[in-house]
Order: sequence, then structure tokens, then C-alpha cells
Amino acid sequence: MARDAKKLEVVKAAKQGKKPAAAKPRRTSRPEAKVAQPAAVTAAPKPQPVSAFKPIITRSDELPLDRALLLRIHDTMVKARCLEERLIAMYKSGHGYFWIGGPGEEAFNVPLGLLIKKGEGPAFDYLHFHYRQSATFLALGEEPLGAIRQMKNTASDPYSGGRNFAGHFSKREWNLCPVSSPIEVQYAMAPGTAHVQKRFGGDGITIVTGGDAGTAEGDFASCLVWSSRPGQELPVLILVTNNRWGISTPYGQVQGVERLSDRGAAFGMRTKTIDGNDPISSYLELKEAFEYVRTERKPYLVEANVSRLFGHSSASGANLIKGEPDCLELFEEKLAAHGVLSRADAKALRARYVEEMAELARQAKEEPLPDGSTIWEHVYFGEGPPDPLPKG
Amino acid sequence: MANMAQALRMALHYAEEKLGVTDIFGEDVGPPLGGVFTCTQGLRTTWNSPLDERGIIGMAMGIALAGGRPIAEIQFCDYIYNTVDLLKLAGNTCWASNGQWNLPMVVMTPVGSGIRGSIYHSHSFDASATHIPGWKIVMPSTPLDAYGLMLAACKEQNPVMFLIPKALMRIKGEEPIPGEPGEDKALSRLIDAPLGDRSQWKAQWPDTGEVGIDIGQAKVVREGRQVTVVSYGRTMPLCRSAAEVLAGEGVDAEVLDLRTLWPYDWATLKASIEKTGRVLFVNEDTEVTNFGEHLVRRTTDELFYQLLAPPKLLAGKFVPGIGLADTLETASVPQEHDVVQALRELATQAP
Repeated sequence: MARDAKKLEVVKAAKQGKKPAAAKPRRTSRPEAKVAQPAAVTAAPKPQPVSAFKPIITRSDELPLDRALLLRIHDTMVKARCLEERLIAMYKSGHGYFWIGGPGEEAFNVPLGLLIKKGEGPAFDYLHFHYRQSATFLALGEEPLGAIRQMKNTASDPYSGGRNFAGHFSKREWNLCPVSSPIEVQYAMAPGTAHVQKRFGGDGITIVTGGDAGTAEGDFASCLVWSSRPGQELPVLILVTNNRWGISTPYGQVQGVERLSDRGAAFGMRTKTIDGNDPISSYLELKEAFEYVRTERKPYLVEANVSRLFGHSSASGANLIKGEPDCLELFEEKLAAHGVLSRADAKALRARYVEEMAELARQAKEEPLPDGSTIWEHVYFGEGPPDPLPKG
Repeated sequence: MANMAQALRMALHYAEEKLGVTDIFGEDVGPPLGGVFTCTQGLRTTWNSPLDERGIIGMAMGIALAGGRPIAEIQFCDYIYNTVDLLKLAGNTCWASNGQWNLPMVVMTPVGSGIRGSIYHSHSFDASATHIPGWKIVMPSTPLDAYGLMLAACKEQNPVMFLIPKALMRIKGEEPIPGEPGEDKALSRLIDAPLGDRSQWKAQWPDTGEVGIDIGQAKVVREGRQVTVVSYGRTMPLCRSAAEVLAGEGVDAEVLDLRTLWPYDWATLKASIEKTGRVLFVNEDTEVTNFGEHLVRRTTDELFYQLLAPPKLLAGKFVPGIGLADTLETASVPQEHDVVQALRELATQAP
């Protein structure tokens, strides 16, 4: 009854064009004046031209995280950026067939990784990532060499053995489910791992990430439906990184909803849209969402506005896009202004990681590709390679 | 003797009690209905899902990733088509992760014609399923085989597609499942949910056991010397009866039930074809890029010089659907007289 009453409140509030109390973020780095209000149910939102979108950059005067954490976040952001730039360089110099990744999303992806409860099995968090999350993976403690090997499709690629694209990670001992190229399927699988976790008990949750373009697929709706079944709500942190693009198609051309997080409100779940270009804001907003899902065992939908600094993938050139806010530059500006990290130290750190990634790439270049005969391995789990056809 | 629906129910009960099955779910799978074909009545781990096939397959994959052992039902295979890329993903998860992850999950779905199900309750899925590597695919034609194959599927470390010929769901078996009551009504009283209010009803499960049917084993249903017919699912009993008809004409046909479509039992097929020199493959999926075409190709490739006649395929017509009218359905998919005619022609064909 209580739940029904709460749902009614939400519906009523939505009809009045009000933001439901449950969906209001406790903290927001986004000035309220710049935050679009939820679209009233009576008025169909107009498609917004992409030029009208202005990512909100936090310029608060306070740094509410301790110095060590700020430096750790910064360090990992730089490391991830240098890794992605090295992967792009490998592609451009013929040491990989295809690049796709997440430069520009580090301010969101690094805090996300730091908040994840890492381990294997339902007591830990299950991770259904998409292909723009090398920064999250590094924040979890992964070494960058694996991503470089995957780019070079060597036999030593620890995620797919040279079978899959860059950024398509997999690590069972950390519950990182295989990343695949379809942009939506992870949203269909996430309720399954969360279902096991809810039954298991404990505080492990499921985290699923996709982009704004992928939310047009039915699997995103499936995730919302299955995670919010009355009395069977699931501990899923549903994340959408909104870079306002689907390859070359601008968000405003194909999505009528101003804030994707509003879609969760219809299912009675907590939602918020955050500034994914600011790591401090991202950390605090995600921390709150994590705590809610861990303790309440219910879903939470977070939309993070982020930049896409090098376009969709190598298919669109993988060149630096001018005009997109660079979260790393903005963060370094802030850290310098607050005396946390000087510009010179930041520059030195970057130079160190540039050289480290270059050395790892040189190492991977010498490693062999998988042998063609290995295509028969792992067709089935726990069985030897089958013959091409069952033999008599 | 149990029919196929009852046999599957007993197998699922055995699997949830003894084989670690954690979730049996799908549209209307849980109480009160227990499945539109009653296959999941009275079970402990059943639950009703949203009407969302992609969500069902995704949920099964997630449960399997997290260490559970799910059995997901797609109510009719006609509705499985919008899940195809998830099925592809389930089939490639182990391979794509270079052996890190596996998906011990079963998807069961009723297939085929025979209940006058019209365009969206009559489709087959065996040709499509066999185009998705990484799965094991089974299709029983008897209650005992359904029981045994379901137990085998629930022990698998890989995804299993369990195709149920819906036309055979109510046909009683000829071979007993070990432990089932000998009298039909006694079994029904124990495990068939009553009509009306079922809220207080609980199934009384007979103590059934293992039957030793593994994935990948074909069965020689009838031994013969002159011609081989290989089938599975709904068309299997048609082939058996056709063989009996032809026996009266002096044609001695060997009848094989493939039971597992992938990985299939080539050794048994090969031995039979080498013996008879003539083979007819029969199924009811549409005939273009049909699984039987693969078997014809392989027979030609490997056994050409032992053949006395070209290998043949009798399958469903390549039309967009199976029409509701009896005349349309019977014109679209193989019937007993079609099998008799095809076998007769093949048995007597000479260069």
C-alpha cells in the first residue's frame, strides 16, 4: 500500500509538471537554472537541435573530497586518457583494425570504478559495461597492457584472445561480463545478475552502462521494466552516459525526451541527471546512488552528461573534436586553482604515462597473433575443441 | 504412461531438486497456469515474467552469468525471433571471452505445426537454431526422450535450445519413465493441476530417476535394410508409421530419431546410410536452407560412392506461414502420406 501511495505521488507530481521528491538529487553540481525541468506529460517535448545543448561544467569553489582521493582520480584519468590516445595512435599506424573507446568520459568512469565492490560471484558487483569504459577498468586496478594487447589482437589479449575489438573487456574474477558490440544487450542481461544477487543477500549490486543512443533500443525499456516489478525490485544501478551522439546522429534529432533519466520516473525508480564532466560531482552523485542500491536493493537510473572527444570510433576518423569540453583539462584547472596539483606536476604525470603506454605498445607489437587453429577452442565450455563437423 | 508435457514437468521437478536448477520462468510459466501447455505446473522454482521475450532471454543469460541455472520458456517459438541477437550472444559468450565465461542455461520452446495454430503458433525453429553456433540443440519425439534430454540439458555447462514438438505434447509414451505410476489416471492425480482454484494444490511427485540419455545420441527406432529415414520432432511418428505401411509393401525401412540436432550423432546416421544406400531426411521447417539440407550435403560429400540413390529431403514448403485451414496446413508441412510416397519412390529408384 505504501509503495502504491508513493507511486501515485510520483504520477501526480509528474502530471503537475513537478519533479517527484524521490527523484531529486541531494547534491547537484548543475546550476538549477540550467537544468531542464522534467517534461510535463501533457506537452510533447520538441526535438532539440544539438547546438542548443550546453554541457554544464562545475566550477564550485569547494573541493569536497580529500586530497589523496582527488589525486588518485586525476592520476587514473590521465592514465586512461593516455591509454586511449595510444590505442588511437596504434590504429592510425596500422597496429589495430578498429578503435573505439571512451576518451572524454574519464570524469565519470574513474569515480565509477572506484566505487565498485570488486570480486567474483554474487557477493560482489556485477558489471555490464559498454565499450567506452577503459577508465573504469583502470580505476578497478586493471593494468593497461591488456587493452593494448586487445587493440593489437594478440594471442595474449587477456579478454578475448585476439577475437574482439578494442575496449571489449571481460574479466570473470571481477564479475566484468564480456563487453559486446551491440549497444543494448547489456541492459537485458543486467536484471539477471541482479536477480541472483537479490536472492543471495549481501550488498552486491549490478551496474549496467550504455550510451544515450542505445536507450532507443527495447532492451533499455526491458531493464526498466524487469528491475522495477512490484515487490521484486532489483539492485541495479542503471547508467547512461549521454554524449548527445549516436555515431553521427545528434541526440536532438532522434530523442524527444530532454532528460533520459526521466524515463525511470515512470517506473517509480529514483533517477537523476548528473554532470559527468566533473569527477567530484560524479563521485558524490554516484556514491549516493550506489549506497541507495546497495541498501534498498532497488534500481536507480543515473544519466551522466559527458563529452565524446574523439568521435564515435575510428570509423569516424578518431580525431580530436573541437568544442567538446575536456573533463581532464577542466579538472586540472580546478586542482591547480585549489593548490592540489600544479600544472607542471600534471604535465609531468602525463608525459610519464605517454611514455609508459608507448613502451607497452612496443611490447605488444612483438607478440604473436593467435594461431588460426585456435578458432575451435572455447566453442563449448569445459570441452575440448570440437571438430568442424561431428565425426563418425 | 506420461505424455510429453507430464514428462517434461517431472524432469523439471527432478532438475530443480537434484540438478541445481534455480529458476524456471517465462510468460505464464508460474502459478496459477503453469505454462500454456501445462509443462511447468506444480514446480517449486517457477515464476511469471513480463511479456517480453528479449527480457526473458536476457534474464536467463544474467542468471547464468551469476552462477544460477535457469530454464527460460518462450511460449511459442514464433515469438523467439526478436531475441535472435541475444541467442547469438549467448552462443558466443564463451568463445568471445576466450573461455572465461559460460552460460549453463536452457531455453525451451514449443515448435511446429499440428494444433491448427495458424501463422504465429505453427512455426519451426530448428533451421534457425542450427545457424547459431555455441548452442546445443535437442528435439525429442517421445515423453521418455523429452524427460531424459531435459535432464541432460540441465547438466550442461553450455546453452541448450530445447525444442518441443507441440503436436506431440499430449501423446502418451510407449516406454515408461522409471518411477512413474503405471496407471495414467494415477499420474494425473499426482501432478496435473486441478481446474478452478489451485491456490492450495501441491503436486505429489513420483520418485523418478535418471534414464541415461545424453545429448548427441540418435536412436534407431526401427531397424531396416533397404532405405533409411532420419527425422526428429513431430514428423518422427509419421516416419515410423510410414515405415510400417511400406513394410506391407515389402519395403524394409530403417527409422532414425536424431533427437539432438547439434552436435548430432553422425556415427549412427553414417552406419545406417552405408547399410541401406538410400536416405530420406524429414522435418517440417521450411525447405530452403533447411537443416536437412546440411545432412544431405554431408551425406553426398562423405558417402557418395556408397549411395544407391540421391539423398532426399522432405520438408515444409517455403511459404511465409502455415495457414489456419486444415487444407492449408496439411499442404504446407509433411504428412504421413507424403513420407510414404517419398520413401516408396526412394526405395525403388534406379539409375
